[in-house]
Amino acid sequence: MKETRPRSFYVLSCVFALFLLFLYGPMISILVLSFQGPEGGLVFPMNGVSLHWFEKLREGGGQVEIGPALRRSFRLALVVMVLTVTFSVLAGLAFRRGFRGATLLLYVAIASLIVPSIVVSLGIALEFRLIDEGIKALGAAWGIEWIQRDFVSALGPFTSGLGAHLTWTLPFGLLIMFAVFNRFDPAYEEAARDLGATPWQTFRHVTLPMIAPFLIGVAVFGFTLSWDELARSSQVMGADNTLPMQLAAKTTTVTDPEIYALGTATTGSSILLVLVTFTVATLLQRRRQRG
Amino acid sequence: MSDAADTIAETRGNRVSARPRRASRREGHGAAPYLQAAPMALVFLVFFLLPLAATIVVSFWQYTQYSIEPAFTAQNYGDVFRGCLADLPDLCTTFVTYLSTLKFGVIVWACTLTLGFTIAYFLAFHVRTLKVQVIFFLLCTIPFWTSIVIRMISWIPLLGRNGLINQTLISMGVIDTPLEGLLYSDFAVVLALTHLYTLFMVVPIFNSLMRIDRSLIEAARDAGASDLQTLVSVIIPLARPGMLIGSIFVTTVVLGDFLTIGIMGGQQIASVGKVIQTQMQFLQFPLAAANAVILLLAVLAGVWALLKLVDIRKEL
Repeated sequence: MKETRPRSFYVLSCVFALFLLFLYGPMISILVLSFQGPEGGLVFPMNGVSLHWFEKLREGGGQVEIGPALRRSFRLALVVMVLTVTFSVLAGLAFRRGFRGATLLLYVAIASLIVPSIVVSLGIALEFRLIDEGIKALGAAWGIEWIQRDFVSALGPFTSGLGAHLTWTLPFGLLIMFAVFNRFDPAYEEAARDLGATPWQTFRHVTLPMIAPFLIGVAVFGFTLSWDELARSSQVMGADNTLPMQLAAKTTTVTDPEIYALGTATTGSSILLVLVTFTVATLLQRRRQRG
Repeated sequence: MSDAADTIAETRGNRVSARPRRASRREGHGAAPYLQAAPMALVFLVFFLLPLAATIVVSFWQYTQYSIEPAFTAQNYGDVFRGCLADLPDLCTTFVTYLSTLKFGVIVWACTLTLGFTIAYFLAFHVRTLKVQVIFFLLCTIPFWTSIVIRMISWIPLLGRNGLINQTLISMGVIDTPLEGLLYSDFAVVLALTHLYTLFMVVPIFNSLMRIDRSLIEAARDAGASDLQTLVSVIIPLARPGMLIGSIFVTTVVLGDFLTIGIMGGQQIASVGKVIQTQMQFLQFPLAAANAVILLLAVLAGVWALLKLVDIRKEL
C-alpha cells in the first residue's frame, strides 16, 4: 500500500528527531567528555583521549567519593524492589477480589504521587523525630540503659528512607498491576480450580507464571525509581547519604570530568541492567507461549 | 520499557475488542483480600498519612533554637506571611517566592504540554506499525535510566560559559562575548525541567490518542473539516483525559521542586521547596511544616483548578 504522506508527517518527524536530539544531546556530550585525557576540563573541546577519569573513579580518592553511598543505594534499591513487587502483587490480587476501602486505598496511592516530594519527606522526618522523642522519653521513664546511652535517632536509610521510597514506588507498582490484571483472562484460573487446585496452587502454578514477565517490569521500575530517588530522600536518610544525594551535593564543587565518567558508568550499567532484565522477560514469555 | 509497549498493546487491543471483564467479581471474599491489601495500606498509613498528619500538627507548634514544643500557636503561619498585608502593594518574600514557583510551573507546563502533545500525536497518528512505535518509545525512555542529577550535570558542557552553544555562536560571529545566563538561570531551569518531564506528558496523551476511534476522524474529514479543524474540534477534546493526567503530574512535580531549581539555578533562585529545605536545615521544623501545609494547599488548589478547567470546557 503506497500512499503519499501528508506534509505534516515530515514536519512532525523533524520535531520528533529534534526531541530525540534534545533528550540525547546532553547525555552524549558527557559521554564523549568522560573519555578525555588527564588534562581535560568540563567543556569542549576534548583534551586528548584516555580512560584516565574512569581509572581515577575506580581507584577512589578523587573529587567524587562515592563507594559507601553507592553500596547503600544499591542495597536500598534491592530492598525497595522486592517489597514493591510483593506488596503490589498482593494489593493487585486484593483489588481483583474487591474489598471495602478499595477506592480509598487507590485514592491514597494516587495522592502519594501527587503530594510534592518535599512535603512527604518533611512529614516522615517530623514523624520520626516525634518517634525519637517518644523512644527517648520511654528510655528515661523505664530506665532502659541502651536507649539512654546509645540511641540517637530512628531515622535511617532502611527505616524512614525505605518508607519514603515505597511511597513513591508502590503507586506505580499498583497502577502497573491494574493494567496487568485488567488484561488477565480469569478462565485459566477457573480451569485450574475446576481441576481441583487449591488457591495457592492456582496462584503458584497458573497466575504467577502468567504475570511473571510484567513483574520483572515492576521490579525494574521499583529498582530504578529508588536508585534515582532524590527529592523524597532529602530529609529522611539521617546521617547517611544515598548516591543521588552525594551527586547532587557535588554538582557545585566538582571541577574535573570525573563526574562525567561516573555519569557514563552509571548510565551504561543501568542500560545494561535494563537490557538484561528485558531479555530475560522476553525469553520467559516466549517459553511460556511455547510450553 | 515494557510499560510503553503495554500501553500500545493495550490501547490497540481496546480498539478491536472490549476490555476483558472485571465487573463479574463479587465484593468481599472473607479476610483474604484484606490481608493482601494490608501491607500496602500499612506503608501508606505509616509513611504517608501519618507524616501528613504530623506535618499539620507540628505546623501549629512552638519552637526554640534547639527543640520543638508541643504547645499550640498560629505564629508559624503568621511568620510565613509576615508583612504580606502591611507591605502591599510591594510583595513580601513569601508571595514573591510563590509567584516565582508558579511562574516555573506555568512555563514548564506550557512547554511540556505543547511538546508532549506534538510527540504523542506523531507517535499515535503518523507512526503506523506497533513495532516502530515501541522502538520510538524505547528511544524516548532510555535517557530515563540515568540519574536525574547526571542528566542535569550534562547540560554544563552545552550551556556553560565556555560551553558548546557559546563556542558555536562566537565562531559563527553572532556574538563577541559569551552569553552569561545560559547556565544557572531561569532559562536553564525551564530547559532542564522540560527535559526531565516531557515524557510524562507524552505517555498519557499517547494513551488517550490511541483510544480515539479512527472513524470519528474520518467522519470529520468527510464532513469537510480541515486538518486544523479536526485537530481542534475532534482530537484535542478527546485527548483531554491524557492531557489532564500529564498536566497534573508535571505541575505538581514542578511546584514542589527544589532540586532542579537549585542545581540549574546555581542555588540562586528561590522556590517554595527550597525554602522548606533551608528551614529544615536550620531546624525550624514548625516553620517548615507551616510552609509545607501551605504548599500542599496550593498544589491541591492547582489540581482542583485543572480538573475544573476541563469540566468547564466540557460545559461550553
